[in-house]
Amino acid sequence: MPDPAPLPPLTPLNNDALTRLMQAIPFARLLGIGAITGDDGKIVARMAYADHLIGNPRLPALHGGTIGAFLEMTAIAQLLADMKGLSLPKTIDITIDYLRSGRPRDTFAHAIVAKHGRRVANVRVEAWQDDPTRPIATAHGHFMLPEAPDTATEA
Amino acid sequence: MFLAGDDGKPRPIGELIGNNRQALLAAIPFAMATGMSVSDVGPARASLALPWREDLVGDPRSGVLHGGIITALIDNACGTAVICSLTEMAGIATLDLRIDYLRPATPGETVVVNAEVYRSTRSIAFVRALAHHGDRDKAIAHAVATFMLGANKAPINRNIASEAEQSA
Repeated sequence: MPDPAPLPPLTPLNNDALTRLMQAIPFARLLGIGAITGDDGKIVARMAYADHLIGNPRLPALHGGTIGAFLEMTAIAQLLADMKGLSLPKTIDITIDYLRSGRPRDTFAHAIVAKHGRRVANVRVEAWQDDPTRPIATAHGHFMLPEAPDTATEA
Repeated sequence: MFLAGDDGKPRPIGELIGNNRQALLAAIPFAMATGMSVSDVGPARASLALPWREDLVGDPRSGVLHGGIITALIDNACGTAVICSLTEMAGIATLDLRIDYLRPATPGETVVVNAEVYRSTRSIAFVRALAHHGDRDKAIAHAVATFMLGANKAPINRNIASEAEQSA
């Protein structure tokens, strides 16, 4: 067990806050994941290429698990941005479709929140490398949301 | 080229590999970088183990592993089970993977994934997997996946260790 390190304050979730949040997640650091928020509030996440992300050295291709983890993290980052970051949503389920093998280079992803309910959100995510119109993987998943402020018990 | 046992009949890699099973992961950099190991294999199944590690954590306040590393472990376990089911060397590619997260992993504890190919055709393998800490009744995650067989037409290498590949 590590010493409990508090997550950084998340409100408002501007680029600095988002970067700090990603930096505070050890597994995001291992995968080299960062994200920026556009003017429209939409996140573009990036997984910077590193040799240890390879799953098949002969092709070579990124490990499918790194792509799945990256898609999941992008969905959560978009939800955090939308919610102004209360606390981390929890993944209920995620389905990943692998379309093309991931080449040894940077990977990008963005998420669409198809439905943001009171307790559950449905999110679609897409990852690409050179060409956003040729995704290498897509995913959709359900995420349990932290209690909204208007329903949370006042401390 | 078929892999054959002493009697000349085709045998799946999972039967033939025996004590050499760690070779199934040795050629996979991400599996090595995160500390995965093969704990068991069979004709169409594989079990992978992943000890808890600080750099795999998703929530530093609780120390719970990130869902993404569970995803990666399950993906790799399913792919290894598919490799184990093959009687002939072939590249494989994950088509899709669905994971239900049933409860958080317990900080500090090793995660085990049992994956089995429950149906295999000439071109597709259907796989299911369970992630747990040793008690299958208290599973962390349940997953189903499909794999394409004969993908990634790369040169065939007869060395099983170099065939221990996991598609992207």
